[in-house]
Amino acid sequence: MANMELGYDKNLPKEKKNKKLNFKQFLIDNNTYIILVLLIIISSMLTDTFLTSMNLRNIALQQAAPILVAIGMLFVIVAGGIDLSVGSVMAVGATVSAILISDMGMNYLPAMFLAVVIGIIFGLFTGILVAYAGMQGFVASLATMTIARGVSFVITGGRPVKLESGTLDTIVSKEFFYPIILIAIVLIVVFAFVQKYTSWGRIAIAIGSNPTAVQLAGIRTKRYIMSTYAVSAALAALAGVFIAARSSTGSATVGMGQELDAIAACVIGGASLAGGKGFVVKAVAGGLILGLIGNIMNLMAVPSYPQDIIKGFIIIAAVLLGILTNKSEKTV
Amino acid sequence: MQKEYAVQMKNITKHFGGVKALTDVSLNVEKGEIHALIGENGAGKSTLMKILAGAYQNDKGQILINGKEAKITSPKDVINLGVSVIYQEFMLAPDLTVAENIFIDKLADSGMLINWKMLKKRAKEELKKLGFDDIDPEEKVGSLSVAYQQIVEICKCLARESNVLVFDEPTAVLTFSETQKLLSIINNLKNNGVSIIYISHRLEELLEISDHITVLKDGKYVDTVVTSSINKEELVSMMVGREITQLFPERKTKIGKEILKVDNLSAGNLVKDVSFSIKSGEVVGFSGLVGSGRTEAMRAIFGVDKKKSGKVIYFGEEVNFKDPKEAINKGFGLLPEDRKKQGLLLEQSIRMNTTIASMFKIKKFGVINHNKEKEYVEDLLASIATKYGSMEDNVNSLSGGNQQKVALAKWLSADCKCLVFDEPTRGVDVGAKTEIYKIINQLAEEGVGVIVISSEMSEIIGMCDRAIVMRQGLIAGEVDKSELTENNLIKLAMGV
Repeated sequence: MANMELGYDKNLPKEKKNKKLNFKQFLIDNNTYIILVLLIIISSMLTDTFLTSMNLRNIALQQAAPILVAIGMLFVIVAGGIDLSVGSVMAVGATVSAILISDMGMNYLPAMFLAVVIGIIFGLFTGILVAYAGMQGFVASLATMTIARGVSFVITGGRPVKLESGTLDTIVSKEFFYPIILIAIVLIVVFAFVQKYTSWGRIAIAIGSNPTAVQLAGIRTKRYIMSTYAVSAALAALAGVFIAARSSTGSATVGMGQELDAIAACVIGGASLAGGKGFVVKAVAGGLILGLIGNIMNLMAVPSYPQDIIKGFIIIAAVLLGILTNKSEKTV
Repeated sequence: MQKEYAVQMKNITKHFGGVKALTDVSLNVEKGEIHALIGENGAGKSTLMKILAGAYQNDKGQILINGKEAKITSPKDVINLGVSVIYQEFMLAPDLTVAENIFIDKLADSGMLINWKMLKKRAKEELKKLGFDDIDPEEKVGSLSVAYQQIVEICKCLARESNVLVFDEPTAVLTFSETQKLLSIINNLKNNGVSIIYISHRLEELLEISDHITVLKDGKYVDTVVTSSINKEELVSMMVGREITQLFPERKTKIGKEILKVDNLSAGNLVKDVSFSIKSGEVVGFSGLVGSGRTEAMRAIFGVDKKKSGKVIYFGEEVNFKDPKEAINKGFGLLPEDRKKQGLLLEQSIRMNTTIASMFKIKKFGVINHNKEKEYVEDLLASIATKYGSMEDNVNSLSGGNQQKVALAKWLSADCKCLVFDEPTRGVDVGAKTEIYKIINQLAEEGVGVIVISSEMSEIIGMCDRAIVMRQGLIAGEVDKSELTENNLIKLAMGV
């Protein structure tokens, strides 16, 4: 069928379009990265301690977990959903791995694996409620959020589970070149690839832009919608394990409010909560922007409450920038 | 005696891009009369009424309301002039009460506090004027029957003190007894001095209720006649009677063996006991009025909607597609009628849209080969003469005709053996239409069985080997190529 010959010239006159690949368009397309670079420049000018290897390593160790959560959230958001449960699923990841290692004497690697599997079960639970029971993502994941948090408290009895050194802290240790940083970088690359080059990534974004059309094109949309929640939860559980490793404690209070930071990272990275729009790498950049702002304010000894206020305004500014640039695109 | 006119629309012309939707159309509605407006689907009735309602602006022509020239730039202007349109889809808020809906445009003006008691009382009065004091003003509109919702909509218009009401296909959704009731209400309104413009496909109704009938065809004015001086057959021939000027490309028809047979299919409320069959290489038209169940029948076969009963035999084997995926795997495709809502991912690239139904061709182990995809899309779009800038552009940057070609390309690449095209040329200009017909012909010549659902009778006549006409969910009849005339189609579609 591809070679249907209807007697047309292949070199058709192209339909006219204002294709401005100029500087302005470049700024619009890459605004997240540009903000990130500007932020790094400004930060290094503001304090001498910013561009030290110790501070950069701290940022990387700190941001590995939130960035994984943001990546998972991005896939849910581009498919038109939202996942409020990620913070609580992080707590599940942290507490399950800690209990398996410290109370049951399990090796840290299978314990990490099991923690992620249990995280996936929570994700599938949310996903089934959304895709098959027809609940809104907001509501279903709100329920899972409460459940997962409750489960974390129940299995730990509310106590922080201490981890002995030489177990889970291996994945943050210097001898092994800070494995969690490496894992995070690998996962960023993998998921950037998944989004751009796999049919799964493409179908996720297609569902977010028009689920009816995707279904009529012969794609079973429900299982894809469900799977985005599973991916999100898997990454959240892994992020929880990271945090347990860094603090050598599995606590049920891990990840509180992290869902909002993840959503903010996606939105700063240009994702639309209406679905159909968003990029993994930009969400990572969005997450880093949030992280860097926190870091620089810590270095400058800004107290933590004003930090929140400033963060809020940064989110507004980033999203406004997106809206304004979109508008100018349309009027062209 | 000088006649007094409530609404005069003089020499209205309207373009959409390069397409002329209305040319020099005039409509003169006398005060206190019921004036019917008829024409085939696409004749320009809705466009004309949307101009009157302020939803569109006319390019040329003049509108007079109550003898004074009206400058209409927004729907609000028209409402202030006392003209209200009651659309097929009511403009009601289903979660608000009847009273709130009736006075919805006054709620904002009533100051800080709403006097609920007063509101309720006045709603009751409005309802009573129409003889419907059994409707509770505090009931939620969403829980009312369609007929009652329509009453609420009429009350809303009357509460605005409208003296011209436009009814767009008001009886399409009503049962027989509800229709009778509505017609008597409309007659009462007329007796109270309200002027009415009445659009309907149901000729019996028009003949029963109207004083004058204006006929439109292909966006042009045909004539205005006094209702008592005309009969049904004469009306039909006024609506039709055109030579087909569009070019339908030739097709080398080679009809093979039966590929699809549908027996006694029923689905939803709109498809009742439908049976037909399609042979390979055949182009079969599905004609009928909007809402006659054509789309719904195809959706049920395709697996989008559930079947109630009936059998589908596809290539000699009984099938029951439970979702579109199964249908497409077996080579049965459907191009949906509304390309914006159901066909395309408007905010995504042309490339992605073209291959969404056939990713299996360009992927291995779930990974898409972008180079292969680009080549594939380029060849496919060139073969159907699609004009685009870059395939990375969003589909909504294309013109309607080219958007439709992208939607078509999606189905061409899925290698279907039986394809349903639902309104394939709606909103597409004449040039692109002919190109879409060529694609359909090409498919048929390759042995694909093609079903074309179309509300444009000329398209059915020009393109199809035979036509099946549906009316109110039933097959009203089948017309062979030799007998394919608009007259025959209209008669079957309207049950004349």
